[in-house]
Amino acid sequence: MNDLNGQTAFGHAADVSSLMEKRRRNGLVWHIVFVFSTTLAVLFLILLVFSIIDSVFGYAVLRNDVEPSALVAGKDSVSAFSRSELEDTARTRLSSGILRRVEYDKPIAERSDKDLVSLIEEYVVKPKVLKTWGFWGSLTERKAIETYIAENEGSYATFRSWLTPSFIMADQSADPLRAGIRTALLGSLWIILITFVFAFPIGVGAAIYLQEYAVDNRLNRMLQLNIFNLSAVPSIIYGLLGLAVFVRFMEPVTSGSFIMGTVDNTANGRTILSGGMTLGLLVLPIIIINTQEALKAVPDTLRMSAYGVGATKWQTIWYQVLPVSVDRILTGTILALSRALGETAPLVVIGASTFISVDPSGIFSKFTTLPIQIYQWSARPQGAYRNIAAAAIVSLLILLLLMNSAAIYTRDKITKKKRLEA
Amino acid sequence: MNSLSLAQVLQPGMEQSETEVKKTVLKLEHVNIHYGSFQAVKDASFEIYEKHVTAFIGPSGCGKSTVLRSINRMNDMIRGSWIDGKILFNGHDLYDDQVDPVLIRRRIGMVFQKPNPFPKSIYENIAWGARINGFKGDYDELVEQSLRQAALWEEVKDKLKQNALRLSGGQQQRLCIARTIAVQPEVILMDEPASALDPIATGRIEELILELKNNYTIVIVTHNMGQASRVSDHTAFFMVDDKRTGYLQEYAETEQLFLNPQHKKTEEYISGKFG
Ligand SMILES: Nc1ncnc2c1ncn2[C@@H]1O[C@H](COP(=O)(O)OP(=O)(O)OP(=O)(O)O)[C@@H](O)[C@H]1O
Ligand SMILES: [Mg+2]
Repeated sequence: MNDLNGQTAFGHAADVSSLMEKRRRNGLVWHIVFVFSTTLAVLFLILLVFSIIDSVFGYAVLRNDVEPSALVAGKDSVSAFSRSELEDTARTRLSSGILRRVEYDKPIAERSDKDLVSLIEEYVVKPKVLKTWGFWGSLTERKAIETYIAENEGSYATFRSWLTPSFIMADQSADPLRAGIRTALLGSLWIILITFVFAFPIGVGAAIYLQEYAVDNRLNRMLQLNIFNLSAVPSIIYGLLGLAVFVRFMEPVTSGSFIMGTVDNTANGRTILSGGMTLGLLVLPIIIINTQEALKAVPDTLRMSAYGVGATKWQTIWYQVLPVSVDRILTGTILALSRALGETAPLVVIGASTFISVDPSGIFSKFTTLPIQIYQWSARPQGAYRNIAAAAIVSLLILLLLMNSAAIYTRDKITKKKRLEA
Repeated sequence: MNSLSLAQVLQPGMEQSETEVKKTVLKLEHVNIHYGSFQAVKDASFEIYEKHVTAFIGPSGCGKSTVLRSINRMNDMIRGSWIDGKILFNGHDLYDDQVDPVLIRRRIGMVFQKPNPFPKSIYENIAWGARINGFKGDYDELVEQSLRQAALWEEVKDKLKQNALRLSGGQQQRLCIARTIAVQPEVILMDEPASALDPIATGRIEELILELKNNYTIVIVTHNMGQASRVSDHTAFFMVDDKRTGYLQEYAETEQLFLNPQHKKTEEYISGKFG
């Protein structure tokens, strides 16, 4: 029977080896397919990262309204001015309206050099971006840059990073050189906070009910099915829902007028509260499903052993099931919140502001968010907006990364503590 | 007639007086258990006596675990399962509307086939059951006492804070027994408690059972005929009919059932002809 040369139930030895050959070949083909798809995915990722980074650094060709050398002979840059030159220039060259406001805020004599330099650059020198090159272009198209400068009288090139500390800290502005993302960043943080506070308890609660308590009847099966469906609904639909329910119907609540009387802002319900709750609705099904999966992964033997020593259902869930599933629940929540942080459409639908220069100060403020800001900037035709859009994208990615690391850190803290006292 | 059980032959010094009166702790009356439309057990009636070990034996699928789980209402947890007939615990119907199954499970504890300690420390494994049941006494003492009773104390006394999942399978099973003891039940149900263990660990569990029966009423499911004869005083032999419904074929004192079975099927089963 086991004679390798003879007839066995698996065929002649020759057949066996040709079959083996075929099996190996099949395996190899699939192996190649898998390697190929992985490589392709990595390539796309690299391409994506490169295209973003490419726009963040590079040459910008600028032209000043007034050359620094025209203000003080022989000095090419405002930062080379002496103290008295700075003060003089500020007093004589600022338009009288601006001068009055500036002096009112803080007398020129008391301002720092740096402060005066940026005042003069902003209101007197007024550099304008003519054209920008990406990082790659800056390396390869030197000729074109030089010709461009030669063609445009008074223009000069500087190599710059569009993502700078002042870009993060500055207000919104129509001038790409001065525009920043502070209001949008704060708006995003506020929104995500509300989303979390709104969706996490409800989502986890609903998941516990559905997974641990709900009996297997038609109503609950339908509920379950609908939650799956809801998680697949396009986000813009949630925007419409948020507009109808939070912005319009619940306006007295979401605008804050029910506790603060009439409110003087012009938000009319298009507030952080509305935005956060809209995104909360959006991520709710995701949190529910993720939490249910986490609870499903807890073996029934654990529940049985808890019941076996006389635990009630709630004690079993609270002391045994949740501690071992909190890991996955939080991971699922982090993923859901990351999704919310990047959402644009629903917030645009409920009427998020596109240009505000006041920082959001609470849940009843108007707001804009980073993705909205990015969308706004990338829709502009002028080159420099593309660069600051890229810089904002990088900021958003960094924010996501920070948020996720912080969340993962706390999650590991919690579970580690659990394991130790375990 | 020889009134020494096999267990007592193996464990001299534990024999009970011949005049002892057996007190009934649990009484099953015409119990039928169903899973949905499938009847798993039909018409089981027998009694379980205080501070005795009762063994359930029988071929796989005959409903031993099902009957065992119905005794502490663990079957309530299984969707679609239902029961009729009566199970009396100290004369009270376990399935009465007034009865809280949570309370029953504290008084009738359970040890499972696969060792399943909580993923917590050894200490907490024992203390948790007591705590959720509102135990007011000294926890350190409770933990030590329970571990001693489960013959585990010497092995773990220096690592009470260690995670229980790091213990060996046999130690884990003894921990599960200790955790059951800690809530001071009257009855301990054990579903094949040694089937996942090696012969030495099995031997320790068997010794432990004989030790525990001084204080507790024990019901044990086992596929090991030797084990049943070594540890139990009474044996219930279950069979399946042609609809795969389990029924009680024979119930007797262990030694009676093994030495002098009344049914042909019992004889065939204990001599290893099937099952
Ligand atoms: N949760 C359940 N749902 C539906 N049917 C079940 C369930 N548990 C057991 N059964 C059925 O009930 C019958 C008895 O099962 P049970 O587990 O009580 O047998 P057993 O005697 O313990 O078997 P084993 O010796 O293999 O453990 C079997 O036919 C089984 O398929
Ligand atoms: Mg079983």
